[in-house]
Amino acid sequence: MAQAASGTTTATPILELRDVSLHFGGITALDGVGFTVNQGEIFAVIGPNGAGKTSVFNCISGLYHPAKGSILFEGREIAGLTPARRARLGLARSFQNIELFKGMTVIDNLMLGRHIHMKTGLLTGGLFFGPARREEIRNREVVEEIIDFLEIQAIRQKVVGTLAYGLQKRVELGRALALAPKLLLLDEPMAGMNAEETEDMARFVLDIKDERNTSIVLIEHDMGVVMDICDRICAIDFGVKLAEGTPAEIQANPNVVSAYLGETDVLFNI
Amino acid sequence: MTRATNNLPPVTPELTLPKLLIEQARRLGAGKVALREKEFGIWQSFTWADYLRRVREFSLGLVSLGLQRGDKVAIVGDNRPEWVFAELAALCAGAVPLGIYQDSTATEVGYVIDHSDAVFVVAEDQEQVDKILELKEKIPKVRAVIYTDPKGMRAYTDSFLIDYAEVEKRGRELDAREPGLFDGNVALGTGSDTALIAYTSGTTGFPKGSLLTHTNMLSMAASLIAVDPKRPDDEFLSFLPLPWIGEQMMGVASALLVGFTVNFPEEPDTVQENLREIGPNVMFSPPRIWENLAASVQVKVMDASPLKRFAFNRAMPIGVRMADCRFQKKEPSLGLRLAYQAAYWGVFRALRDRLGFSRLRSASTGGAALGPDTFRFFHALGVNLKQIYGQTEISGISCIHLTGDVNFDSVGKPIPGTEILIAENGEILSRSPSVFSGYYKNDAATAEVLKDGWLHSGDAGYFSEDGQLIVIDRLKDVMHLLDGTRFSPQFIENKLKFSPYVKEAVVIGDKRERITALINIDMPIVGKWAEKQRLGYTTYTDLSAKPEVYGMIEAEVRRVNRDLAKINGTAVISKFVLLYKELDADDDELTRTKKVRRGFIGERYKDVIEAMYDGREAVAIDAVIKFQDGRTARIKTSVAVRDVAKGE
Repeated sequence: MAQAASGTTTATPILELRDVSLHFGGITALDGVGFTVNQGEIFAVIGPNGAGKTSVFNCISGLYHPAKGSILFEGREIAGLTPARRARLGLARSFQNIELFKGMTVIDNLMLGRHIHMKTGLLTGGLFFGPARREEIRNREVVEEIIDFLEIQAIRQKVVGTLAYGLQKRVELGRALALAPKLLLLDEPMAGMNAEETEDMARFVLDIKDERNTSIVLIEHDMGVVMDICDRICAIDFGVKLAEGTPAEIQANPNVVSAYLGETDVLFNI
Repeated sequence: MTRATNNLPPVTPELTLPKLLIEQARRLGAGKVALREKEFGIWQSFTWADYLRRVREFSLGLVSLGLQRGDKVAIVGDNRPEWVFAELAALCAGAVPLGIYQDSTATEVGYVIDHSDAVFVVAEDQEQVDKILELKEKIPKVRAVIYTDPKGMRAYTDSFLIDYAEVEKRGRELDAREPGLFDGNVALGTGSDTALIAYTSGTTGFPKGSLLTHTNMLSMAASLIAVDPKRPDDEFLSFLPLPWIGEQMMGVASALLVGFTVNFPEEPDTVQENLREIGPNVMFSPPRIWENLAASVQVKVMDASPLKRFAFNRAMPIGVRMADCRFQKKEPSLGLRLAYQAAYWGVFRALRDRLGFSRLRSASTGGAALGPDTFRFFHALGVNLKQIYGQTEISGISCIHLTGDVNFDSVGKPIPGTEILIAENGEILSRSPSVFSGYYKNDAATAEVLKDGWLHSGDAGYFSEDGQLIVIDRLKDVMHLLDGTRFSPQFIENKLKFSPYVKEAVVIGDKRERITALINIDMPIVGKWAEKQRLGYTTYTDLSAKPEVYGMIEAEVRRVNRDLAKINGTAVISKFVLLYKELDADDDELTRTKKVRRGFIGERYKDVIEAMYDGREAVAIDAVIKFQDGRTARIKTSVAVRDVAKGE
C-alpha cells in the first residue's frame, strides 16, 4: 500500500470543535470535547463502545444540537444550522447502519446525492427541457465519475436492496461523495466487512483524500486500519476527550491505554 | 502467398501491422469507428484516425524514452484501447510487444518480463504496478514502467514510473521536432520482423515465448477470413485476455486487415451486459466461455417462472433435433421445420437476445475441445458455432469447420495455405505461412516442435473419410487401461463438465484396471440446488462433502456413463471423489488459460487417487492451500470415495 504523504502541508483547520457538551436528560453524553481537523487530513475518532463517538458525529452533522460549545467549519460557526444547510456548506456523512433507499437503483441513489446541487425548479424539471436537461446530464457525469472511482460499474442499474452488504457500504460512500463535500464523515466504514472488503475500503478512503482533495473524519473500531491510514486521532471515553495526536502518540498515551484496559493488544499488537 | 479476398489489402511480404494501420486510417479515416470502450457508462469511440494518432504519439513517446529497434515492450492489464495502442506503438518503432496475463502472480510476471528482456512495461493500474514494483530487483533490464490509469498513483514517487499521458506528450513534442520520424520508422519494418512474442502458459514448466512475424499473423488472418468471412461493419467484443493468441488474431490482426470495430468492455464483470449492448457479429472464445454461457442459461431456467420453464423445456428438444439434422446433413422434415420456427420465435429469439447473440454470424471456439452437448445447445439456438483448431505456434489456427459442414467430432478442414499431415505415430503435423519462427531464447524446445518446416503439435489425430481432421487428445494424454482399452480423458471430462453442477473434472486411469474421476462441484449452482433441498452448508469443503451432493453428482456420472457405454463400451467411470477445494491456477493446478495440469494434479492428490483404487471408502486430508495474496491456510477434512458401479 502506498505510504500516505503527510505533514508537509501547512495546517489550516477545516473543522474545529470547542468545548462541546451534549446531555440527554441527566446523562452527559459529551463533556467539553474539543479537537481540530486540518485540511487534507484523515482524522479518526476512537473510543470504547458507548464512548460518545457517534454523538460527536451527530453534533457535527446537525442531527443533535450541543448544549454548550461551538463547532466551526472553515472558521464559520455551524452549531445552529440545520443538517441540510451544513450539507450545502460541504459536509457529507455516511451512517453506521446503511441509510440508502433500498428500493431504488444505485444510480438513483447517487443522483439523489446530487440533489443539493440542482437548481432548476419543479416546472422545468418536470418537463425536462433546456436547463433542467443540461443539469441532469451534468450531474450524471459527476455520478458516473464516482461510479468509476468506486469501481461499481457492474451494479450501476441494480436495486440497492439486492446488493451484498459490502457493496451497499460502497454505494453509501458514493452517495456521500456525490455531494462533492469538503469534509466527509464516515461512521464505521469498515464495520461488518471481510478482510478484502476492508482493504478495498481503506484504499478508497486514501484515494478520496489524495485525489478528491477531501478531508475525512472517521469512526472505526478496526485499529489496524485506523493506525495505518489516519494522520491524526482523537480518543474519547465516557464523553471526555482522552488524547489527540498522531497514531504513534496515541499508542503511547497512558490514558488511552487505561481506557482500553485489558485490550492493550488492540492498540499495540497490530 | 494468400490471395486477397473481398477487397482485403493483399498480404505481401513487406506488409506489417503498422503499415496496415496507416493504410486503414487513410482509407477509413475519421469516418469509421475502429475501437470503442465503455467508460463512464457511455460507449466512447475512437475512429481509425484517432487510432493512428494515439499509436503515433505513444510510439514516438517510447522512442523519446530511448526505445530502440528490436527492444521488447511488455504489456499487462485488462482489455482497453491503451493495450492495443501500446502494442502497435511498439511495432511502429520496430520494437516487439508481448502480453502478460493480467491475473498472473508476481512471480509469473517477473519471469516473463525478465525472460523476454523487456525494457519498458506498460501496466494498466496500481494493482499491476504494485506487482512490478515488488519485483524491481529481479527485473534489472526494465528501464521504466508506464501506467495507463493514474488512480491511486499520486503518492508513488518512484522515478521508475511514468504516466501514459506523459509519454504521449513527449511523443507529440518529438513529432513536432522530427515530423518524418514516425513514418520513417514504420517504413523500416518488413513482414519477416517479429510482431509478437506470445507466451503460452504451458501445462508443464515455465511459459515459452513463441516468436510470430507480421506475415505469420496476417496470412493466418487472411486465410481464416477466406473461409469464415468478416466484414468492415462487423462488431467484435474483446473480453478475453489480449496475451492469448485467439484475441490477438481477432482483435488485432483480423481487425486491422478487415477494418471491423473492436469493442472493449467497461470492466471484466460487466462483460455479459456489454455483450448484449454491442450484439457482436463475430465471436471467438475458448470452450470455457461457451460452457459457462450454456450453464448460465440452464441455471436461469431453473429460477424462471413455470411458464417460461415449460416453454424452454418444450423448445429445446426441437432445437436439438434440428441441430442434429444439420450435423448429419439430413433434410429436416416439414413438421420439424415448422416446429423449429415456432420454437425460434417463441423462445430462441429472446434467448439469443439475452445472451447478446442476436446478430452473431461468425461464432467459433478454440484452444481446447468443446463438449458435443454444448455444441448441440448453441446450434439448437441457431448459433452457427464452429470449432477452430490450432496452436499458438501456428498463429492460432490451422483448421476450422466450414458452414454447413459442422461436425462436433471433428475440428473441420485446414484453412487455405495450410497443409496437414498425420505422422506414423498418429501425431498431427502442420505447415503454413503462419508457422512461427521459434521460441524466444529456447532453441532446444524449438527443435523439438519444428522439424523441416513442419510443426509438431503433440496432438494425436486422424482424417475422417470426408477429409475432416479429428483430434483425439494430446498424444501424451491418450490413456490405456490395463486391458489395452484406449480412451481420451478429455472427452470424458467434457462430458462431465456439461453438467451444470460440475465445474472441473480430472479423469484418471492410465495403466490401471478402471477409470476414476476427481470432480469439482460448481459452488454457486450446487449451492442453489442445496438451498432448494433445504440443505444447510457453510464452505466449499463442507458442501462438497455432503452425502446428498454426492448422490446428486452420482446421478450425473451415471448419465455420462450411459453415453460413454454407447461409444467406448467398457471405458466408463467406476469411482469418483468430490474434491474439497477448487482447482486453481494460483495453486499451479490449472494453467492461466485454465487447462488442467494432469501431472501436477496426479502428484498432489496421489493419496486421494490411490484411495479410489485400493478399495478405501474415505481418505483423510490434511492440506495447505494458498490464497492469491500469498497467505496460506490448512484444511483438515475427509473425502469420501463413491463407487458408481455399485448397485447398477
